[in-house]
Amino acid sequence: MRPSTNVPKKIGSIEFALLSPTESRGLSATKVITADTYDDDGFPIEMGLMDPRLGVIEPGLRCKTCGQKVGDCPGHFGHIDLAMPVIHVGYVKTIRNCLRATCRGCGHLLLTESEKGQFRARYDQYMVEAKDTGPLSKRIVKVASTAQVCPSCGREHGTIDVDKPTTFRENQHKMTPSEVREWLEKIPDEDLPLLDMNPEVARPEWMVLTVLAVPPVTMRPSITLDSGERSEDDLTHKLVDVIRINQRLQENRDAGAPQLIVEDLWELLQYHCTTYFDNQTAGIPPARHRSGRPLKTISQRLKGKEGRFRSNLSGKRVNFSARTVISPDPNLSINEVGIPEASARELTVPVRVHLRNFEWCRAMVERGPRPEDLPGGIYQPGVNYVFRADGRRVKVTEKNREEVAERLELGSTIERQMMDGDVVLFNRQPSLHRMSMMAHKVKVMPGKTFRFNLPCCPPYNADFDGDEMNLHVLQGEEARAEAEILMKVQENILSPRFGGPIIGAIHDHISGCFLLTWKNPKIAVEEASQVFARIGFRGNMPEVHREGPDRMYVYGKDMFSCILPKGINLRFRSNACPPGISDEEAIERDYLVDIVDGELLSGAIDERAIGAFKGVLLEKIARDLGNAEAALFLDRVTKLGTGYITMRGFTTSIDDEDIPDEAQRDIATKIQRAERQIDALVESYNLWQDPAVSPKEKEERGLQALPGRSLEETLELEIMKVTAQTRDGAGETASHFLGMDNPAVIMARCGARGSMLNLSQMAGCVGQQAVRGERIHRGYQQRTLPHFKRGDLGASAKGFVASSYKTGLSPTEYFFHSMGGREGLVDTAVRTSRSGYMQRRLINALEDLKVEADNTVRNTAGTIIQFTYGEDGVDPSRSVRGTPVDLAQVFTEAEKELKRKA
Amino acid sequence: MSEEPETVQVFNVLNHELVPVHEVLDEDEAKALMARYGVKEDQLPKIQVADPAARAAGARPGDIIRVVRMSPTAGKAVAYRFVVEY
Ligand SMILES: [Mg+2]
Ligand SMILES: [Zn+2]
Ligand SMILES: [Zn+2]
Repeated sequence: MRPSTNVPKKIGSIEFALLSPTESRGLSATKVITADTYDDDGFPIEMGLMDPRLGVIEPGLRCKTCGQKVGDCPGHFGHIDLAMPVIHVGYVKTIRNCLRATCRGCGHLLLTESEKGQFRARYDQYMVEAKDTGPLSKRIVKVASTAQVCPSCGREHGTIDVDKPTTFRENQHKMTPSEVREWLEKIPDEDLPLLDMNPEVARPEWMVLTVLAVPPVTMRPSITLDSGERSEDDLTHKLVDVIRINQRLQENRDAGAPQLIVEDLWELLQYHCTTYFDNQTAGIPPARHRSGRPLKTISQRLKGKEGRFRSNLSGKRVNFSARTVISPDPNLSINEVGIPEASARELTVPVRVHLRNFEWCRAMVERGPRPEDLPGGIYQPGVNYVFRADGRRVKVTEKNREEVAERLELGSTIERQMMDGDVVLFNRQPSLHRMSMMAHKVKVMPGKTFRFNLPCCPPYNADFDGDEMNLHVLQGEEARAEAEILMKVQENILSPRFGGPIIGAIHDHISGCFLLTWKNPKIAVEEASQVFARIGFRGNMPEVHREGPDRMYVYGKDMFSCILPKGINLRFRSNACPPGISDEEAIERDYLVDIVDGELLSGAIDERAIGAFKGVLLEKIARDLGNAEAALFLDRVTKLGTGYITMRGFTTSIDDEDIPDEAQRDIATKIQRAERQIDALVESYNLWQDPAVSPKEKEERGLQALPGRSLEETLELEIMKVTAQTRDGAGETASHFLGMDNPAVIMARCGARGSMLNLSQMAGCVGQQAVRGERIHRGYQQRTLPHFKRGDLGASAKGFVASSYKTGLSPTEYFFHSMGGREGLVDTAVRTSRSGYMQRRLINALEDLKVEADNTVRNTAGTIIQFTYGEDGVDPSRSVRGTPVDLAQVFTEAEKELKRKA
Repeated sequence: MSEEPETVQVFNVLNHELVPVHEVLDEDEAKALMARYGVKEDQLPKIQVADPAARAAGARPGDIIRVVRMSPTAGKAVAYRFVVEY
């Protein structure tokens, strides 16, 4: 069926109405007159805020209005008759518009007959076209409010101002809510549509309250604390305030108290009503609890992230889910997740009992909810509940398990505890892309954490410094099938973001494979066997070579070839390969990877081959041989990497950044030279201000401004250039003495962790610190710190850190470094909140679009958004880094095939 | 500001290299299009008659415009717009 004919329901229109005083009273089950809730014996007071006619919250009692029990009785509204009218805060803007656009004398819109006629005609046309009349009303208000006198009765029209939040002024004279109400009453029905109001359901004067509806007790239940004390809901507290002040106002007014006192009380009543609706109204202090906590009133219940909509309607708490700390386990497959036994026993999967699984189910029920482990500590699932065919639920206990098993019938459903192989969804917040929620297969294990293999860290953006993750157990066959096909980890190896792998080897996997393959080390047969045994490899040992009478070894590259699938051909340069070298040199230094039919002939395996984001070998396997093969390869490659690096040993420490004295001296010279260069630049800049220098000399020796730059900008640019060169130069000197025998360098070059920049900052020089991309300027008058002379533009006065992290920073350098670091922190903090909100808006706009079978992108109403998905119909996760076909690869393969045949 | 009279010769936006081809479909083409995608007019993306490109293409409300855009990934990308009054 076409999506257009498949829309289940369509909203024709929504009507917004106001509650009239009559309607409020009609809804009301009782009038509320006393501010007290319960009497001394703990019974609710009649006509109090907890009147039994407002609904029941105590179990066992029946509602005095509808006669139903707790849960069935929806609760019933009551009402408070306000002694004096009060403005409703939610409608202040609308009231203001009404007052500005109408006459106080006759209530008519301040428009001439012809204007009115024009707007009416426009309004009717809008209605025919089913167009939003909101903007039209805005225009009408704007036109009407400019009138000086009323065209209908000639009365002068004043300016209307609003004192936040609820006070109206006409020509600076305060209007009481009663006056406002009288004015609004005068506005004739036929003028209301032009003010965007429907007179059939909303009269403007209803925006000034004379009756306050009291919500049912069911939406503001009181709770009994452990101490036996009653604690009332925030709304009840607020209503108590309203009633108290209302009573006092009434008494004072009836007793003929002075106008001043009545007005004060009236304003107080207005305050309480305002905060009852919205306790975060601008311009008034929020009402507070005795403890100082602001009250949560109606608006606060609904608004924002913790409000009813976002927290309880769009998103809910769910059953069959678990959350705990995560930790790594390199022995699991990437498709698996380790679950603590305690969670497995609590989370269940429903299984329908039928002929073919009857005995299996019966045996499981008989084991009960706490089965003993099999010999060897092997976990066995039990059963928590049995749902009988008649719908009755039976809890399985140690006591009744045998009896329940005996009585088990076909057609029942058992709620079985989780067991190995169950499909679950695993999720880490923030869920920024679809890989944040993937399907894993369960493996129940001892311990209290969720565990998964490290290649799954990048898609979840997880680390193990205390991160927690959520897990959801799938409850139906369809859900399980769908999750396995669409959401399983292996199905997400290739990211839809850039068409390359997002799941891949990281850190030690990369170092390990690099050490195993680079320059083809000889590995003793015993050690190779150890590594292979560790990874559970079954297959032929690579070719064994002999050296002397009793040394037998295999080559590292051959070991790696063992786990490479057959039929893979690939040529690329390693990550460790320095840029700009010739193919010959790359081969010579073993940086050109050549794989022929699954044999690694040359080159080192590193981040470029197997890493997350960059790994082309991994990508090739996933694309050509399928996701299952890629998952298997990834499982093996990670184990091989960690296996080898564990056996070989690998460590890094602070003395990895030690450089000889001559290098230190060299770096010091370079820094001195830079300082001299900068001083020279500053001097040539200052020359312009020197009155002792002749204009001619200034032209000759002064700093020349770059095109389109001021002299100051030029100076800064030149200095930045020098400092950058200096840092790079120091890095070069340092890295000259840090070769591939250095573990830190190995990690940086093969892409496992860290960069050469990090190393040169540790060994050589940290370099220029910047705030907003410029050298550091702010601080005291004309200087950054009191340690420098005013107007000093030299290197160290403007944030150049000549020390290295290893030698340590001087106090001023440390201060500048902190300034640069702080900027980074602030930027990330600002970026995350901003991009989060941006993403929320995007998702809300796009969430229900989908690609239909004919490649169009449509929304739920069948409206076409794109005629072909993404204009080209390419699924990025099935593309080669964005392009549909990698032609170069196709040609080389075809060429090879031709050669083979010839 | 100089007070020149409005130039009679209006610049045709469709001749600009950055503006994609806009052409009005005839009745048969429009019918075929809607049959192909199984949609009613209001389920197509919309374009205002007042849109400079639609005006240049001589479209009237109720017409369907074919937009052929050069795309870096797809070569030619074709889209359709239903012409509306506002
Ligand atoms: Mg963390
Ligand atoms: Zn009831
Ligand atoms: Zn009037």
